[in-house]
Amino acid sequence: MKPDSYISHLELGEKDETFLDSNELIINMGPQHPATHGVLRVILKLDGEKVLGTECVIGYLHRGVEKIAENRTYTMFNPYVDRMDYVAAVSNGLGYCEAVEKLLNVEAPPRAKYIRVILTELNRITSHQLWLGTHALDIGAITPLFYTFRDREEILKIFEKYCGARLTTHAFRIGGCQYETYEGFEQDVKKFLDFFKPKIDEYEELLTTNRIWVERTKGVGLISGKECIALGVTGPVLRASGVRWDIRKAQPYAAYSDFQFEIPIGQNGDTYDRYLVRMAEMRQSVRIIEQAVGGIPEGPIMAKVPKVLKPPVGEIYHSIEAPKGELGYFIVSDGSTQPYRLRVRPPSFVNLQALDMMVRGQLVADVIAVIGTLDIVLGEVDR
Amino acid sequence: MLSITTFVIVSIIKSVIAILLLLTAVAYTVWLERKVVGHIQNRWGPTRVGPFGLLQPLADGLKFILKEDLTPPHVYKPLYIAAPMIAVIFAITSISLIPIGNWVSIAGIHTPLEITDVNIGLLIILGITSMGVYGVALAGWSSNSKYSLLGGLRASAQMVSYEISLGLSLVGVLIMAGSFSLRTIVDAQGGTFWGFIPRWNVFHGQEVAFFVYLMSAFAETNRVPFDLPEAETELVAGYHTEYSAMKFAMFFMAEYANMITVACLATLLFLGGWHGPLFGPPLLQGILPVFWFVLKVFCFLFLYIWVRGTLPRFRYDQLMAFAWKFLFPLAVANLAITGLIVALRS
Repeated sequence: MKPDSYISHLELGEKDETFLDSNELIINMGPQHPATHGVLRVILKLDGEKVLGTECVIGYLHRGVEKIAENRTYTMFNPYVDRMDYVAAVSNGLGYCEAVEKLLNVEAPPRAKYIRVILTELNRITSHQLWLGTHALDIGAITPLFYTFRDREEILKIFEKYCGARLTTHAFRIGGCQYETYEGFEQDVKKFLDFFKPKIDEYEELLTTNRIWVERTKGVGLISGKECIALGVTGPVLRASGVRWDIRKAQPYAAYSDFQFEIPIGQNGDTYDRYLVRMAEMRQSVRIIEQAVGGIPEGPIMAKVPKVLKPPVGEIYHSIEAPKGELGYFIVSDGSTQPYRLRVRPPSFVNLQALDMMVRGQLVADVIAVIGTLDIVLGEVDR
Repeated sequence: MLSITTFVIVSIIKSVIAILLLLTAVAYTVWLERKVVGHIQNRWGPTRVGPFGLLQPLADGLKFILKEDLTPPHVYKPLYIAAPMIAVIFAITSISLIPIGNWVSIAGIHTPLEITDVNIGLLIILGITSMGVYGVALAGWSSNSKYSLLGGLRASAQMVSYEISLGLSLVGVLIMAGSFSLRTIVDAQGGTFWGFIPRWNVFHGQEVAFFVYLMSAFAETNRVPFDLPEAETELVAGYHTEYSAMKFAMFFMAEYANMITVACLATLLFLGGWHGPLFGPPLLQGILPVFWFVLKVFCFLFLYIWVRGTLPRFRYDQLMAFAWKFLFPLAVANLAITGLIVALRS
């Protein structure tokens, strides 16, 4: 396809060949670019180093996950959701399982809910670690990446011990969890928390007060709370703009209503605030896990669900607070074993909309910083 | 005085040795960088080829030679081919004027430890290193690719801007020594204050100049935190995006050779050159100056690598603001104050 068919709204001028002799530079960033976090393609219109406009081209990783759901039973579709946001697979699974449970009108037993919270929060930490490492790498600090990946490994080991998989875990089942916690699970998690708490300080030591880091992130990619809401942006991006909205608090799911934790928010809505919010979120996750792991109730881990799932005719929307924002599942059931229609509201996809607004008038280097700070995963954007 | 024949023979021998030394130093600076950054980042760095990965540079060189030398169809060929050569030639030439030790006598020939002692050595080095910008700028332009062009533009603007602060920071030293000859500048730094603080320029009123030089040197050689021309997360690979195999290796060599040149200059101008404690038998006394020189250069290179493992990258506008609004006035102020003090003293 010709590139100019994409850039219609960038107001290039009438003639097709104008961009050859005009002063503006159209540059293709991606899909093979080291800093677009996968296969995102951004068409940039530049005036020197200044960004006049952007257009995202997505779909390079489209696998038709939503269509696949229509041809699978509810149980069979469960592993597919892990492949959307593959760095936060546990969250995806939690959202899907809870949505179907809501549709079936069953509730997971308390023990299962606690296990779910522990694993989901651990997963939130891994997701934020990956974000921190790659975001810092994009801005030129090469070392934090290795530190975060080193520490992320410890969480992946816990996942591996629990369910055998490290990344696409498929940890939960509709109605609860398939696996009982393994012997020493609590100790492992507690050990990890003790190990991890000083590590957050280590990351912050490298970056938080680093003059170059602050200069590169403060005032970059500004977005106000109002604009966030207008665009449907959620998650840490929304909270860094000063809106106190976290589905774990607003519409508690799993066992989140049992735990004490705060919602960290920022004021300026710039990249630096988003960085601080995510760092604080890691600390809050640690807090939640600490409470949960000390009080896992006894009891069954699976609710009574039939072997063949046939939800009643109806529709349901259920959303959870994934590491990247509001992850919602809208399921329409026609009473058969397969969903009639399944729609995912992926936080990465919706947050990516804000890219153009955030980078207009800024410099090329800021585009990279903003893509990093939006924390997108292309598997989820394209689905 | 030497006869013409002896002079030519000695010069040829010294040139060959200097080039070999420099190329080896370049190769092992790369190795050192990979090793040190590896350890900073909780990794091992190269370990597979030879003990401690010491043969890694050889393997890398072999790899570069054996790789396919691609020339994209859209480039402007003459300059595309010339650019890496320009970069590497000027990077290597500048080493010829750097003295690494005092005069030595071997087999009755009394000769300085450099290819030739020129009384305007520093000027020539500055001139040659500025020519290196052409390699980068032409590479960016002739590649006919947008990322390369942006990288080339950034590089030329950055290198030209920082060269001014770099040059100005050196003038203070020149005023103190009263000469352009690197040998004279080093000789002026011999001895100590009160018996223990060496009379190096960096302890002798040129602290600010050293700071300005350090920053400008980082920027001149396109190193973190000023590595914008090749910021791989922004511009893919900047001006050398379209280069492969030996042509890429030439840019790579040029970058590291430049690093070594600025490290040598820093040592000569600010850190007292080959001056250091001398002791032991005469043979050891002969070798020690070279050892001190190499040690100081090594420390400077280590600082480079350490910074790379620690800091993020500046943004283009911040980089320019830093050069023109901070380093440049600082260098001018340093120059004025140094000049005033020297004038009052005499």
